[in-house]
Amino acid sequence: MVIECRHVWEYISGFLDDSLPLETKELVQKHLEHCEICSAILDSTRNILVLTADDRVFELPVGFSERLHARLDREISGGLQEREEDLTK
Amino acid sequence: MIATILAGEVELYHELIRPYERTVYSMALSLMKNEADAEDVAQEAFLKGLRKLRDFQGHSKFSTWLISITLNEARGRLRHQGVLRIDSLDDPGDEENPVSPALLRDWREVPSEALERKEVREMLQAAIGNLAPIYRQIVLLRDVQEMSIEETAQALTISAASVKVRLHRARMMLQQQLAPQLKSLNPRRRWFPW
Repeated sequence: MVIECRHVWEYISGFLDDSLPLETKELVQKHLEHCEICSAILDSTRNILVLTADDRVFELPVGFSERLHARLDREISGGLQEREEDLTK
Repeated sequence: MIATILAGEVELYHELIRPYERTVYSMALSLMKNEADAEDVAQEAFLKGLRKLRDFQGHSKFSTWLISITLNEARGRLRHQGVLRIDSLDDPGDEENPVSPALLRDWREVPSEALERKEVREMLQAAIGNLAPIYRQIVLLRDVQEMSIEETAQALTISAASVKVRLHRARMMLQQQLAPQLKSLNPRRRWFPW
């Protein structure tokens, strides 16, 4: 059985995640061996995923951690104070 | 560590959440689309996580639980602000229509070093930012934070099958937008005969 490009495109994500049934995976693989367009689509998608997973793309704003932990400190010390007050009642 | 925190060593909560700061912030940003609001939502989510820690049952990962709190917090704020109808955030749109990728004859790999360039990072951020929220969240969890399909499904309270469908569409939309842009960064080398 041979599949057309349009069908291969529907399997690109599953192919990259290696989550396709074996039979489908083999059909896609066979198609990719002779189709330069589908191979380029697969390679470009894979390349984009590698780039988006890089930590440099989504960095935390400067000072984010410091501000967060300072706020948590206030919450924690406030909570402890409340508990101490409860105990003295 | 959670049991120790609940037993009274509350300070350990700082260490517990450190690995999830980026994930929680990016989830907040996926809905708020404004850095200041996203930071506020992320802080509130971590505070709620601390206050509700006793309710964490351990049926899911701690990160998945935190993401759910974050998304609820963000949705609550948007609802309060009346900025968006909440159903529009979960609208699957036209999931029936396939997304056609950008057609290319060849692909020259763009190396990770290209991310040193601000314009490349901004290109990727903009492409993900332009996706509809349901696709943006899937990409951020699965492809940016590299969570599994099952964890992504749990965090977003949707089925694994829906994650796969949306992930495929999201990836094709990113390829459609980014492949031509990235290709233009990487022009074919010209070879001269000398």
